[in-house]
Amino acid sequence: MNPLISSLMPELDLQVLMPLFMSVGGGVFLLLLNVGKGFSKSLSVAIAGLILAFSVLWIAFYNPSTDGAGDFLTDGASLSGQLFIALASLLLLLLALSKEKFSEFETPEFYPLYLFMVGGFTLMVSTDHLLLILLGLESASLVMCVLMALSYKSTGIEAAIKYFSLSVLAGVFFVLGVALLYLLTGHLDLSSVGDGLRSVFFHHEPRALPLFFIALACMLGALGFKVSLVPFHTWMPDIYEGNNPVLAGFISIVPKMAGLVVLLRVLYAFLNTESFVIDNLYTALIALTITIPNAMALLQKDVKRMMAYSSISHTGFALACVVDGAGALFSYWLLFLITNIGAFAILWMVANQQDAQQNSYAYPYERFNGLVQTKPLLAMLSAIFLCSLAGIPPFSMFWGKVMVLEQVISQHQVFLPIVMVLNSAVSAVYYLRLLVAMFFKTPSANPPSATNATPPLYAVSTAVAFLCVFSVFVLRIYLNSNQA
Amino acid sequence: MDALLPHHFLSVLIFFPLVACLPLFGLSEKHAKPYGVLVSAIELALVVGLWVLFDKDTGVMQFEEFADLVKQAGINYHVGVDGISLTLLVLTAFILFLLALYVSKHIKDMLICILLLEGILMGVFTSLNLIFFYVFWEVSLLPVLYMIGRYGVGPKVYSGLKFFLYTFLASLFMLLAILYYAHACSLALETPFNFDLETFNSVVLPPQVRLWVFIAFFVGIAVKIPIFPLHNWLPHAYGNAPVIGSAVLSALLLKMGTYAMVRFLLPLFPNVILHYFLPLSVLALLMVLYGGLLACAQKEMKRLIAYSSMSHMGVAVLGLYAFNVEGVGGAVFTMFSHGLVSAGLFILVGVLFDRCNSSKIVAFKGVAHLMPTYAAFFMVLLLANVGMPLTSGFVGEFLSLLGFFKSSPFMAFLAGTTIILSAIYMLVLYKKVFFGAEPSELYAIKKAKALNPLTCSEKSVLALLVAAVLFLGIYPKPLLSPIEQSVQVLLESLQGRINA
Repeated sequence: MNPLISSLMPELDLQVLMPLFMSVGGGVFLLLLNVGKGFSKSLSVAIAGLILAFSVLWIAFYNPSTDGAGDFLTDGASLSGQLFIALASLLLLLLALSKEKFSEFETPEFYPLYLFMVGGFTLMVSTDHLLLILLGLESASLVMCVLMALSYKSTGIEAAIKYFSLSVLAGVFFVLGVALLYLLTGHLDLSSVGDGLRSVFFHHEPRALPLFFIALACMLGALGFKVSLVPFHTWMPDIYEGNNPVLAGFISIVPKMAGLVVLLRVLYAFLNTESFVIDNLYTALIALTITIPNAMALLQKDVKRMMAYSSISHTGFALACVVDGAGALFSYWLLFLITNIGAFAILWMVANQQDAQQNSYAYPYERFNGLVQTKPLLAMLSAIFLCSLAGIPPFSMFWGKVMVLEQVISQHQVFLPIVMVLNSAVSAVYYLRLLVAMFFKTPSANPPSATNATPPLYAVSTAVAFLCVFSVFVLRIYLNSNQA
Repeated sequence: MDALLPHHFLSVLIFFPLVACLPLFGLSEKHAKPYGVLVSAIELALVVGLWVLFDKDTGVMQFEEFADLVKQAGINYHVGVDGISLTLLVLTAFILFLLALYVSKHIKDMLICILLLEGILMGVFTSLNLIFFYVFWEVSLLPVLYMIGRYGVGPKVYSGLKFFLYTFLASLFMLLAILYYAHACSLALETPFNFDLETFNSVVLPPQVRLWVFIAFFVGIAVKIPIFPLHNWLPHAYGNAPVIGSAVLSALLLKMGTYAMVRFLLPLFPNVILHYFLPLSVLALLMVLYGGLLACAQKEMKRLIAYSSMSHMGVAVLGLYAFNVEGVGGAVFTMFSHGLVSAGLFILVGVLFDRCNSSKIVAFKGVAHLMPTYAAFFMVLLLANVGMPLTSGFVGEFLSLLGFFKSSPFMAFLAGTTIILSAIYMLVLYKKVFFGAEPSELYAIKKAKALNPLTCSEKSVLALLVAAVLFLGIYPKPLLSPIEQSVQVLLESLQGRINA
């Protein structure tokens, strides 16, 4: 047998691969289904939702009895990553059942592609083999570009092209980084790569060191693009702008989750060398990732762009945990996932056809003026999400921030916690600005209304709002099940 | 019921108002008031029940409850009550009951805020886990922000945001201090993170970091009280808040700061406070003098009372630094008494504001002719604010100053000028508003039919407040003895740490 194949898949463990097979197989099934009959949106959503719900349950109750199959891992990072990807995809998919008809959700291709994309991201987090990661990365990114382009907004095409060209660039960097790592260590699975790098570093091979740093730069560039690490973050706001809130929410959560897990594995291999240069470089990058987008978010006039910048800043918080075993990373991301889905669901509920025609800046702050008087329930829900995002206790992100700060402080860091705290205060300003518009301003001539709201949308956002309020219990359940 | 209630008494106190405020969202304005008054009356009855069941012979924590929440992160639910907390619980329940009774405009929203605050403040005053304390401490900002931003006067959004952001940033530093302290504890005891006050109490920070952690903690608390020079938000927030908001701010939210000082700063950092006794006392003294002088210069009644609050709390803070039973006990008593008095004064201003839509001093003249009962209530509360013997204001301030006199007679003397200063600004205010109107002007006011006599609910609220003020002024023992018991326990536990 081909040695590469045999190293990838010594045995086919269906149990481990089940979530991946489910989403890809489900996508194929949906494609076939839509060939025969006329396309029905609700049926597609229902089937895709069932598949995703089933994967959520499968991953949540999967008991890792083995060490995984070949290069497919069943460690905490892999399972949590898959779980969050499936969960977020499921919740966001339900938002497709909106009142107004938007072209992207009315095409039969959307739902199979969506499942393929989820499959790609699942593949990315469930393996530590660099080639498989690349496979997942590329397939998911390609599908995502198509989904972006399905919208008939002109900015949708722009976003798709932008995302496509940048992800090609990131892919190139990734391949280059993988090649260099192979050159340095002769391995493609990250655990062996880590050991190899360690020995390279400790033996101070003079010719290897430049390669080592170039490889690091390539990997950081490639994955930094995925997780929007500063300075690779500039694409993010435009992509948000060009997409409807559902896809924007997806982009803010799922690809980043996948990127974070891969970054965690890759950086672990590098940090394993215990070089303080990398430590310091990484600390500086995190500080920048938290601070710069935060300052940019302060300047935005459009809520969706503000959300884009602020989500980059949140990624910075999560990235801070990567250095040390990532205990808090998943807790943070779980809470962020819940909150951000809620926030985008709110944007989605007030969406209407004119937004799709409008080129940009469809969500200025003024649009929400006096929401509490016209739609009190919507305003209350958004208040919960915005307070959560701002890190006001007892709502979700506060607990995430406490977990992150605990972890960072226990590494004897002083600089990062102060940066984080100052930025939390700054972020409160722009989240509060939206709250001020909703609660304290008087409604304009055409008051904000929930044109796109349907019972499923209300159900999703109420459910996540509930989770935000009681997120300390969410955290408890997640952490307890994780330990078992 | 008998068995269940004592075990979960404090949880019921905390979560009953939070849950009970939910039906309010669905009620109409008309039905909201009886419902809100009923809920706050039940809460008051519960607190009185706690008072009765509370063992007043010891100063240790009682009614403790403990539950693991997120064990991995050391976040536990741990509440308990001692004499100091009990005093503030009584104050909270009493004041919020009166405010629920008083509220006359935007009834539904105000009552939702009041009930939310009630639960939150119960949490603040009973939490023994610092993260949970922080949660309640921080979330208390939201109802107040809503009150100011939605129903305030003038540049209300600006004032609300200023208040919120000031306190939010400062509290974040406090959070950092809490986390750092917990980290130091986990290093010293070789345990995972734990935020319980007991754990914190068992560890003394190494001297090199002690000061920084103290400063971060102190800043978080100082903004709330507010200690000079972090009082910048105060005139805006108080001046532009609706009356209920100002009353809640000065009667209860301000007390959160001084309570945090008693509960956390004194036991955790006694040696820092003693080492930096002079600068810390000077800051508090500046609060007293500067606040008093600013109060003299105010042209608007709510701001005047706000600065007067700052000035009086300065005396309480000085009492805390005295580290003896008189000083600390007196400070806690001052918190209670000042809560009653300032809530009363703000309600009195609110009464005028409801009738004439203004709270400027120049807008009024000769009110005593038209509203004699009102003028009498005002006079009693004014005297209590000044610290007249036989009112509750006297007991607390006298004890605080007495305690502080033992540490620093000169500064105690300077702080004593608060009584003179407050007599000046309060009596001048009284003279301008209540006396001396031309007959023709009086006629004009009467013609406008603005100054109606007090309504029944206003009368009952004010009568209850005045009764409490006078009762505690004449017979402070029921409140003072549990306070002193607990302060005694607190100070004994301090002694070991001071020498460490």
